[in-house]
Amino acid sequence: MQDPSTGPLATQATSSFTEHLQRSRPELLPFSQSLPAGMVPSSPHATTIVALTYAGGVLMAGDRRATMGNVIASRHIEKVFPADEYSVLGIAGTAGLAIDITRLFQVELEHYEKIEGTLLSLVGKANRLGAMIRGNLPMAMQGMAVIPLFAGFDQVSGVGRLFSYDVTGGRYEEQEHHSVGSGSVFARGALKKLWKPNLTEESAVAVAVEALYDAADDDSATGGPDPVRQLWPVVYTVNRTGNRRVPERDLAAIAGAIVESRAIAGREA
Amino acid sequence: MTQQFYVSPEQLMKDRADFARKGIARGRSVVVISCADGIALIAENPSPSLHKIGEIYDKIAFAAVGKYNEFESLRQAGVRYADVRGYSYDREDVTARGLASVYAQSLGAVFTAEQKPFEVELAVAEVGLAQEQDHLYRLTFDGSIADENGFVVMGGLADQISDVVSGDWDPELSLAGAMRLALRALAADKEADALPATAVEAAVLYRASESHRGSRRAFRRLLPEDMTLLLAEEA
Repeated sequence: MQDPSTGPLATQATSSFTEHLQRSRPELLPFSQSLPAGMVPSSPHATTIVALTYAGGVLMAGDRRATMGNVIASRHIEKVFPADEYSVLGIAGTAGLAIDITRLFQVELEHYEKIEGTLLSLVGKANRLGAMIRGNLPMAMQGMAVIPLFAGFDQVSGVGRLFSYDVTGGRYEEQEHHSVGSGSVFARGALKKLWKPNLTEESAVAVAVEALYDAADDDSATGGPDPVRQLWPVVYTVNRTGNRRVPERDLAAIAGAIVESRAIAGREA
Repeated sequence: MTQQFYVSPEQLMKDRADFARKGIARGRSVVVISCADGIALIAENPSPSLHKIGEIYDKIAFAAVGKYNEFESLRQAGVRYADVRGYSYDREDVTARGLASVYAQSLGAVFTAEQKPFEVELAVAEVGLAQEQDHLYRLTFDGSIADENGFVVMGGLADQISDVVSGDWDPELSLAGAMRLALRALAADKEADALPATAVEAAVLYRASESHRGSRRAFRRLLPEDMTLLLAEEA
């Protein structure tokens, strides 16, 4: 703990956990290292995340596969996390860094809430995440990029909102739906066909799972539903009452129905 | 050059302690009570926005009496300490004992080395899965630390209030029961039997918040309407 008696406290005071770490413990930041020149050894990558709005909220889903080159590094990885009570984020890119940035972002939001006694606005949260991704730019230049997707419920306007980022930390608000990761081109195609205004929460979850199914069908780095290991995508919904993880049971039923309907259709591609 | 008067260390420390005690005695009181449902924190505080009670971490809360600017800086330093520790190790590794001993060191250092000691008294509370695992630490302006059993009372009329609380405290108390006891005790010097719910700031650290509330963060601030609902429960 910094000694409260030393120096003019007011000038040191910050509500940002990241700024506090930058000053007092920079070695703990996931992106503080300056890397020497050379090849970066291959490390696990997380891939497809989809997010879409529905009537009264927004949801995000991620598959469970991490790849390292052409090898499957993990079938169990989770890429969608609650950021705080009213927001979630999903990550694509270098898994190790992305998970650490997620953890830092979660602490950042909670820290602000505790110090200030109030929640950050949704756009405030989105901007903080952008600053972190920009902080990771030197690592991205070495091939270790992290691309998040951020979604939350805006308590002022009462709607779910969706933000995407580029590698420089640029923040873009998305309408209706969005997807990131190597399977995102296929997922986006599916979302364009399946998404409708005013979806109910249940049908929105089904749309997200089906979009991931299409991504897994054509992208080798995205994992599909795995009935052998009983692995289903990770899906979070966010609405007025906060975020909620969709139970495995529901996802198993939805994934089962998608596989069945496609088998009945009897189509090759 | 003027001659410095000699003051014995005993006298110096005594003067500082008297000064700090006087400052604290002017303030209103805070009661922290461990009960069956968790730990209740209640402060006599007419302001709805300047808090004497705060969340530090998942299972840890903070309560203070004395000078607002001084305990607020200590609260913020505590949140930073806990968040850095939880981020660099694990959330489980943040404990009230660790936090209380850093507070003790900070307060002790200020008491001996600074111009003026802090005019504050703090309580650090950690809720456990069972009541025996609850921890209540009380820290005074000179950095001394005490591990209290059951409840902590701090502030101006600490002795009077403490008498009321110790008379009726029972580990089986429900949250509503603990709140009623605190409201009654805080009215010790007043005409009324108990303080109205609008005159206090209240918060609670819920026991087993993961299973009951779906959140590892056990702290919740109770608004006046929550208090009214709670107090309307069966005694």
